[in-house]
Amino acid sequence: MGWTSLIPMAGDEVGYHAPGVQSFHYTDPGWTFFAQGSWLNTWINKSTLQALIAAILVIVFWLVASRKLKIVPTKGQFFSEYVYDFVRNGIARDILGPDYRRYTGYLVGLFSFLLINNWFGETFIFMYPTFSNIGYAYALAIMTWVIYIGAGIARHGFGKFMKKSLLPPGVPPYLWILIIPLEFLSNFITRPITLALRLFANLFAGHLVVLVFVVGGWFLMTYPSQSAATEMNLGYNIAGVISIVFSFAILALELFIGALQAYIFTVLTAQYVHSSLADDH
Amino acid sequence: MTLMELNGSINMIGYGIATLGPAIGVGWIFASVINGTARNPETRGAMMSTAFIGFAVVEALAIIGIALAFVLG
Repeated sequence: MGWTSLIPMAGDEVGYHAPGVQSFHYTDPGWTFFAQGSWLNTWINKSTLQALIAAILVIVFWLVASRKLKIVPTKGQFFSEYVYDFVRNGIARDILGPDYRRYTGYLVGLFSFLLINNWFGETFIFMYPTFSNIGYAYALAIMTWVIYIGAGIARHGFGKFMKKSLLPPGVPPYLWILIIPLEFLSNFITRPITLALRLFANLFAGHLVVLVFVVGGWFLMTYPSQSAATEMNLGYNIAGVISIVFSFAILALELFIGALQAYIFTVLTAQYVHSSLADDH
Repeated sequence: MTLMELNGSINMIGYGIATLGPAIGVGWIFASVINGTARNPETRGAMMSTAFIGFAVVEALAIIGIALAFVLG
């Protein structure tokens, strides 16, 4: 043994299982709500339910918030107006310019949906960010992709939009063979992929860091009971407690990251719509 | 005698090294925004939106890196 007895988490096949990709797969019976093997069980899992709950929350919140608006706002109206103004003035109007009203609805919905889903990662009961499953991030990115390309085609017509997005002005003809594939790759493929992967990677990594501290801290805190070893070690237990306490700091950081990623996704959506609407490249 | 056995994909170490470039890039972008804001606070809004575009482009490298680290792993 030698070394391994000095390292509580190494070479211990009984107790410690390092968190990894498999921690994001909810296939245990404890995490599903329907009978094993039924189609509901394969289609509805924890993240699907979270996305549905978040969608319902967003719809209900904005429906309630937009009814009975008063000139002197109540506390609730003040809050919802603050969020709405943040997206409308801070993102939509700043980036999209004069024709921002058309896209404000999508941007507000997108921002609040992302914010709620990202903060599910730090909310008790849920404790799992929906977008750490990449499919959900892809879905939102595809929606944004359809909207910014649709906006460009609706504004300029298909041919002119393609010409505008594939050919920057002032490129000499002998470079077209190089520029056109590059611009196509950048505008139509890399953009949605990076949009989705940025959201996914940040939340996945953040949740994984939390898991490392919580699972590892829990293992160390209850040290001899979950491993093959029998002797006590107070140092491990203290390290475990510190690690659990530190995980709260990581969770606080994740709250910030979740809000930041929601903001960046919304800003980039607005930016892409703006770049397809713009007259000059 | 085996002292310690590590398993997993070495791609992740490669990805860790690969994040250095984008990290420096993102750092420079926001450092420049801070500098610019300190010199002329009124232009903060314009600089922030440009900074976020630059941030997105630079971070795309790190994102492509993590995708490749998973795909090739």
